[in-house]
Amino acid sequence: MMGEEFQASKPIYMQIVDRIVQQIIRGELLPEEKLPSVREMAIQTGVNPNTIQRTYSELERMEVVETKRGQGTFITEDEQMIKQLKVNMQIGIIEVFVKNMKELGFSDKEMVTGLETYFERKRGEDDD
Amino acid sequence: MIEFQSVTKNYGGDEGLSNINISLEKGKIYGLLGPNGSGKSTTLKLIAGLAYPSKGKVIVNGKTVNRKIASEVVYLTEVDMFYPSFKVKDMISYYQTQFSDFSLNKADELLSFMNLEPERKIKHLSKGNRGRLKLVLALSRTASVVLLDEPFSGLDPMVRDSIVKSLLSYIDFNNQTVIIATHEIDEIEPLLDEVIALREGEFIGKFNVEDLREKEGLSIIDWMKQTFKE
Repeated sequence: MMGEEFQASKPIYMQIVDRIVQQIIRGELLPEEKLPSVREMAIQTGVNPNTIQRTYSELERMEVVETKRGQGTFITEDEQMIKQLKVNMQIGIIEVFVKNMKELGFSDKEMVTGLETYFERKRGEDDD
Repeated sequence: MIEFQSVTKNYGGDEGLSNINISLEKGKIYGLLGPNGSGKSTTLKLIAGLAYPSKGKVIVNGKTVNRKIASEVVYLTEVDMFYPSFKVKDMISYYQTQFSDFSLNKADELLSFMNLEPERKIKHLSKGNRGRLKLVLALSRTASVVLLDEPFSGLDPMVRDSIVKSLLSYIDFNNQTVIIATHEIDEIEPLLDEVIALREGEFIGKFNVEDLREKEGLSIIDWMKQTFKE
């Protein structure tokens, strides 16, 4: 786990927030599941415990996790919240895609056509 | 808890320091960075009471540093300080006689954490295992200041990993402050709260690792490359 790469452009605590959210979306972390303690998570990732504490506080602020006194930190049981996370993640990825395409001079329509063509070709390949 | 007040240290050579003012807080892990000869080791020696300022004051736990500070400071040197004919367990007993805050229980725990055999002779240990043993000895003490001079130097990634994990497992973040002097910042950046950078004996910056990313979009390596390229 250690030596995992972190991007320079973003705080480490937020990159770990992103990873945990992705694990929830993929179903690797389930509703009501307990997260490792701050210290355990620090050891697993090779990251400073103060940074991990910030990750957990941010997840709590986002209402993705709940801290139960004396018991630890748990993934929310709110399924609606998890659906929302998934939608937000999708929007985020689309925003990056659209921004990159715009910078290359593609219009909205060209992007949509481009995607459709891409999927058609992909389906064709899969049928072979 | 550690303070440098206008500290200057003159040596014949170039490893001195000029007019350093810094203060370090409890419960944090600091990286002390800079090229060789920038004054990293001198800084650690001044905190450990192994050298004294030519001008100014070094204060640790509210006291001006003198010889007695050794009971409150763990200092892991870059060089091996082992008796080669000793067994691992002899080194542990020797340390126990030297430091009243040395905990045998913690040492036992750390030995098994690091997979070190107590009956093994030190001269038969690999370089990596000697590096691990140094960490065992350092982390078995409860002193409030832990100074590590180049703890990763020349060690392979597996050993570095076990050192990082032992620090995260055994440091008491409520009571201890850790300062790691290193020129190999690469893999340990996520371990650090703050960084202090030195160049040719001068203080050139102190910042929070996460703030640097948040405000400037830079990792410590990026910042070092920018700052030291001239």
